[in-house]
Amino acid sequence: MKHVHITAQAIDVSSEISFHDSGGHGASASFVGRVRGDGGLTELFLEHHPTMTTAALDALAAGALARWPLAAVTVVHRVGAMTPGQVIVLVLTSSDHRAAALAATAYLIDRLKTDVPLWKRESYADGRVSWVAPRESDTARAAAWD
Amino acid sequence: MALVQISYFAWVRERMGIGGETVALPAAITSVGAVIAWLAARDAAGAAAFAEPAQIRAAVDGNMVGHDAGFTSTSDIALFPPVTGG
Repeated sequence: MKHVHITAQAIDVSSEISFHDSGGHGASASFVGRVRGDGGLTELFLEHHPTMTTAALDALAAGALARWPLAAVTVVHRVGAMTPGQVIVLVLTSSDHRAAALAATAYLIDRLKTDVPLWKRESYADGRVSWVAPRESDTARAAAWD
Repeated sequence: MALVQISYFAWVRERMGIGGETVALPAAITSVGAVIAWLAARDAAGAAAFAEPAQIRAAVDGNMVGHDAGFTSTSDIALFPPVTGG
């Protein structure tokens, strides 16, 4: 099962897990990314491309399914404005055994950060607004899966 | 002269002041990199958005490409900063 989508609404983690788990898998792994309120951040805005973002997420999930023996992959990414504590991204993978699920989860979040057209803009309590620059460490982690 | 649809995202969009436009390109402009240089030379907004071409990523018709990539008169070109999702 491949379940991939972007949403402008709050991600309901428990209902996504219930849907993902309906297959009764032996081993499931998850990654939940949330907005951090560091430095007085008040809003995180995620911009996306109207067609490329979903297509890239779908290709990413297909890549994980081709690479590991996975029974199910879920990737949900929020777009638009969100506040500290809210979920930005949810990755769920399932397999018969833990190794494939754990590795595929790490692969999906590492590659999502470099391969999917999404852009973060941060707003702070003091009025500062800035676009996030890519991190060298993220690029290196993504490249390590080549 | 090719009429090409170009869309902008994130800080490229903000600096251009528009989300996209249809542009009549001179015949000599045949690569994505040449489009970027042409936009940078066109006006102040383009100069601000494309001051550092190495920072610009591109897609043609939905596929990520390098600056040496070509396009057709019906292509949809997207220009944007490095991605930062997740």
